[in-house]
Amino acid sequence: MSEPAETPRSGPIVTPTRVVAGLCLFAPFVAMLWVSSYAKVEPTLIGIPFFYWYQMLWVLISTALTMIAYKLVQREQRQLRARKDGASK
Amino acid sequence: MTMTMATNLPATAVTPAVPGGNAIAADATGGVNGIALAVFIFFFIAVTVMGFLAARWRKAEQSDNLDEWGLGGRSFGTWVTWFLLGGDLYTAYTFVAVPAAIYAAGAAGFFAVPYTILVYPLIFTFLPRLWSVSHKHGYVTTSDFVRGRFGSKALSLAVALTGILATMPYIALQLVGIQAVLDVMGVGGGESTHWFIKDLPLLIAFGVLAAYTYSSGLRAPALIAFVKDGLIYLVIAVAIIYIPIKLGGFEHIFHAAGDAFAETNPATGKPRGELASGPNAQWAYATLALGSALALFMYPHSITATLSSRSRNVIRRNTTILPLYSLMLGFLALLGFMAIASGIKVQNGQLAIPQLFENMFPDWFTGVAFAAIGIGALVPAAIMSIAAANLFTRNIYKDFLKPGATPAQEHKVAKLVSLLVKVGALAFVLTMDKTVAINFQLLGGIWILQTMPALVGGLFTRWFHRWALLAGWAVGMLYGTVAAYGVASPTQKHFGGSNAEIPGIGEIGYIGLTAFVLNVLVTVVLTVVLRATKTPDGIDETSPEDYTADVGDKGVQAELPPATAGAAH
Repeated sequence: MSEPAETPRSGPIVTPTRVVAGLCLFAPFVAMLWVSSYAKVEPTLIGIPFFYWYQMLWVLISTALTMIAYKLVQREQRQLRARKDGASK
Repeated sequence: MTMTMATNLPATAVTPAVPGGNAIAADATGGVNGIALAVFIFFFIAVTVMGFLAARWRKAEQSDNLDEWGLGGRSFGTWVTWFLLGGDLYTAYTFVAVPAAIYAAGAAGFFAVPYTILVYPLIFTFLPRLWSVSHKHGYVTTSDFVRGRFGSKALSLAVALTGILATMPYIALQLVGIQAVLDVMGVGGGESTHWFIKDLPLLIAFGVLAAYTYSSGLRAPALIAFVKDGLIYLVIAVAIIYIPIKLGGFEHIFHAAGDAFAETNPATGKPRGELASGPNAQWAYATLALGSALALFMYPHSITATLSSRSRNVIRRNTTILPLYSLMLGFLALLGFMAIASGIKVQNGQLAIPQLFENMFPDWFTGVAFAAIGIGALVPAAIMSIAAANLFTRNIYKDFLKPGATPAQEHKVAKLVSLLVKVGALAFVLTMDKTVAINFQLLGGIWILQTMPALVGGLFTRWFHRWALLAGWAVGMLYGTVAAYGVASPTQKHFGGSNAEIPGIGEIGYIGLTAFVLNVLVTVVLTVVLRATKTPDGIDETSPEDYTADVGDKGVQAELPPATAGAAH
């Protein structure tokens, strides 16, 4: 679902920043939809089966990844804007 | 948020097969819990007062239009948006249904967590574009956008009708959530109580909700969401520490749950549930998570909350803080195991968590917990009715019934419709069996997903043909409805669940997602055909740079109503 973000119609199409941001956003899909990778009880954490604590851990991981994507996109936009402003002056 | 969670395991299927069966329906007949009720009423009154005062909060000079009432003047910043979206997506019914699903079957109910994990990368990707284009062209609903993008009133009508249809049972389920709490408090009355007495508390709660939404619009739920979330976080934090200590730790809780799930369910002849998703259940788990994540932001009420934010960045920043709710949801789900471990045996699984609270907490804190659930129902119900009203007013009333309507007229109609929608939901809950609401909710989730190609496709490309999108939508709707009709459960002949065999793959998966894939296939094939035959496209009133416009860009602020531009900071 995140591919279209990298190919907007205007401006530069695929930048390294966007690829990295796209990967950050895509990773949770791979991790969460690959159910057999985490559908087990052991190892438990303070008595909670792996199945549950692993998915809850991914809440934190995906949050961190989204945050990275946010920072990257924001930084790039700021640079673009600065360049545009510079060009128009 | 609740949509599929309900659907996955309808309340009737949730009836657990506990050894010793119907031993104690540990609840409603136990008399009124006075202290809990008093605390509950206190919070309810406090919130009501807030609801009415909300009309004055950040009030704009000119408030007689739909932007003001229906989108709170589009002026909400990161934190308000966070509360509003959180209040909106994580509803009372969620709090009751997610742990109820876990209580009934274990692992399968936990799909709500990966589902909410996947939601945020999706929002990050497409909602800022919707925000920009809506802000530039003054769109209030998704249908507005679809009409503007594809120049097709028929397609826009299809999206609007789907939205309204999917939202109605959602509102009804919020009332079901309040009912569960009232039942456990002992004010729901037994089966023998006169219907009027039995339903009176619900009628009052409902009347209050209707009145302040009518007078304050979106501002009311936004303000109340603060109280609601404060209470919810408090209750969950206490519950997740206090209850395991009382029950002897997680080790013991999961051990007890594992034993309970291993018991055979006489209705199906299979074990009641499992602690980790088994090989046969994994496709269903993944497709439900993905399908639900895709569908969530097609719901009109999530869009309403998003469009009311102040800038693109508010939305993106929110995707980095909203997962806090997912974490809470995960903890909440674990309460389902605690209900099993503490030996709660209820016929109606939705009563499991309220009952757990009542058994575990001192009375006064039970009151706080119940208030959290009760208020948790009011916020989304208010936003949903506003969203449905926006859709009706903009895309049915104005497009088809009265094209020349003035903003003041739109405003009036929207307010009336929001009232009608709620009365409809109430009538639904009072006159029909709860399972009907849940069945419709199940269908709603499948239906709303079918509007995605038009909406999200439209945000990124103009390639899809309007007639192809309409045909794809129709095929998806039809397939989803028929497939859901054909699902039987031990207690229901039709609409017994939201999973069915995926044609061609042979695994069991979420019907909504299968229908969606079919929808996209039809859309793509027909687009190729229609393009080849040079069938005329609709007129696109948007331009590529509209999709990346932000506050401060040319044309963006000027498009805002004068009163709200001032409120933006």
